[in-house]
Amino acid sequence: MEIPKQTLVLMYERMLKIRHFETRVMELFATGELPGFVHLGLGQEAVAVGSCAALAQDDYITSTHRGHGHIIAKGGDMKQMMAELYGKATGYSKGKGGSMHIASPELGILGATGIVGSGIPLATGAALSAKLRHSNQVALAFFGDGASNEGTFHESLNMASAFNLPIVYVCENNLYAVGTRIDKVCKVPDLSVRATGYGIPGITVDGNDVLAVYQAVRTAVDRARGGMGPSLIECKTYRWRTHFEGEPDTYRPREEVEAWIKKEPIAPFRRRLIEEQVLTEEEATEIEKRVMKEVEECVDFARRSPLPATETALEGLTA
Amino acid sequence: MQNISFSEALAQAMGEEMGRDPNVVLWGLDVGPYGGAFAASKGLYEEFGPDRVLDMPVSEAAYVGAAVGAAATGLRPIVELQFSDWITLASDMLINQAAKMRYMFGGNLKVPMVLRAPVGAYTRAAAQHSQSFESIFSFVPGIKVVMPATPYDAKGLLKSAIRDDNVVIFFEHKKLYEVKGDVPNEEYLIPLGVADVKRAGRDVTIVTYAYMVGKALEASVELSRQGIEAEVIDLRTVDPLDEQTIFDSVRKTKRLVIVQETWRDCSISSEVSARVAENILEYLDAPILRVTGKDVPIPFSPCLEDFVLPQVTDIVGAVNKIVSE
Repeated sequence: MEIPKQTLVLMYERMLKIRHFETRVMELFATGELPGFVHLGLGQEAVAVGSCAALAQDDYITSTHRGHGHIIAKGGDMKQMMAELYGKATGYSKGKGGSMHIASPELGILGATGIVGSGIPLATGAALSAKLRHSNQVALAFFGDGASNEGTFHESLNMASAFNLPIVYVCENNLYAVGTRIDKVCKVPDLSVRATGYGIPGITVDGNDVLAVYQAVRTAVDRARGGMGPSLIECKTYRWRTHFEGEPDTYRPREEVEAWIKKEPIAPFRRRLIEEQVLTEEEATEIEKRVMKEVEECVDFARRSPLPATETALEGLTA
Repeated sequence: MQNISFSEALAQAMGEEMGRDPNVVLWGLDVGPYGGAFAASKGLYEEFGPDRVLDMPVSEAAYVGAAVGAAATGLRPIVELQFSDWITLASDMLINQAAKMRYMFGGNLKVPMVLRAPVGAYTRAAAQHSQSFESIFSFVPGIKVVMPATPYDAKGLLKSAIRDDNVVIFFEHKKLYEVKGDVPNEEYLIPLGVADVKRAGRDVTIVTYAYMVGKALEASVELSRQGIEAEVIDLRTVDPLDEQTIFDSVRKTKRLVIVQETWRDCSISSEVSARVAENILEYLDAPILRVTGKDVPIPFSPCLEDFVLPQVTDIVGAVNKIVSE
């Protein structure tokens, strides 16, 4: 599969954006500057970026509680995201949503959701809507290994298969649902085999290889857009951090965490782009510097932004 | 004027709105060629075809959730649940998703959808096919709840619900589907959130809705024979509540009985009672009384079911009790 140079560079840049955005959020949360709870996607950058790079701007995604990466990968504005994490009026949701609740319909982002597995029927409905409106759009549902044990996952795959819906189900298997390892609660080693029960293609890929993710999702998106129905893609990956920031890591062996950090997705992709002369060393460094500067600008923007007026808490419930 | 059943009124409302707006679609169990378990979608599949009227797998979370996703992406879905008792299976999609999406995403998404579902007892269908869950969904901010009592109201309210840009749950009482009533031939809408005075009276206000409207009207015939003129207010929409119509009536009659089929605790009757007490207590000449279903699951045996549900005699008895005070 020939991948245009600009797509490769975009994937590199977006993975860096996620990496630096999340790192900064981690630091700001640790100092107590950010309120609430945050779930970081450090280490999982390739799944979000490889998947979204295979989508058109008006294609739909649904995200999860660990959703910052998906939103950045789909082209979301990091300033509005950071401001939302600060609970500011300039945030995506005007301070009403926070880290877990960001939507941007212009970019096809139908929202991140805090209930595990609940985005899957919504994405399925977006795919059904696209089909009924003959809009040629495709939907993609991100969810984790934990969600693959929810009824919503199974109901949705069956329905999408029966109706031949234009949707791609992307399972980010980071091995743990909070503190419970997937092999303790599921006997199937590769979650993609669950596709067989619904008569649709299922594939497991290295979720830390952005090109492997891109190629698998691209194939599934082309299939979906061509009227051939849904696919399930399992991306094996790992979160560097605990389920949420501040949670003690009592459930994962240190060696396991370190081994996965060594397998992180960005450095090898950078080496590859340089080897294949897509970027020079200097260009690659320049992109990273620019991204870091941009993330700092987001923090400044969020800090300088006003808090929402308290009476806005009573606005916007219904039309 | 046409004399049509409640089911026919619903089918007309959906058919007219589907004809008017190509984004209105209908899905649920057996809503296609079968015509719906209570015949409310009869003829729609034939008229609009399989891209507008879709039969769903028995997967309530998926097809209600799909309606939420479809509503957020440009369609205006009507979803039919075959029995409202199964709304529990889809309640995450309604309570955690649909009801909150506009608000928690700061207005970036809207969810114009209608969920229609048959409610109610008096059918000897026992505990899992007889419930009315309006209390639960009225409790949740971001959901409107409509419960019509006549074919005329059903048609006009459903058309408004379909045009509403919010999440509307439209509960239809099973005992009403075959009831006939006069409905104009020409188009009309009934706004959501407006109650209707079904019978004017000076001595007592009976606030009620859905199937209980008929029971209250029957009771008021008996009361009238006793020289007591009851004013019967049909809420039609239980959330948002039309406080004004209730308050105007209670200020006049100075007595209030609330009649509802479902359980008493934390219910519409609790809410009406609290709002009257909070706002116009000084007008009341007697305590507020409630006639409700008893707080047990609906039992099967007809004698047991009749015992736990409100009957006309219960309403007459309650009115007699406060009118004598």
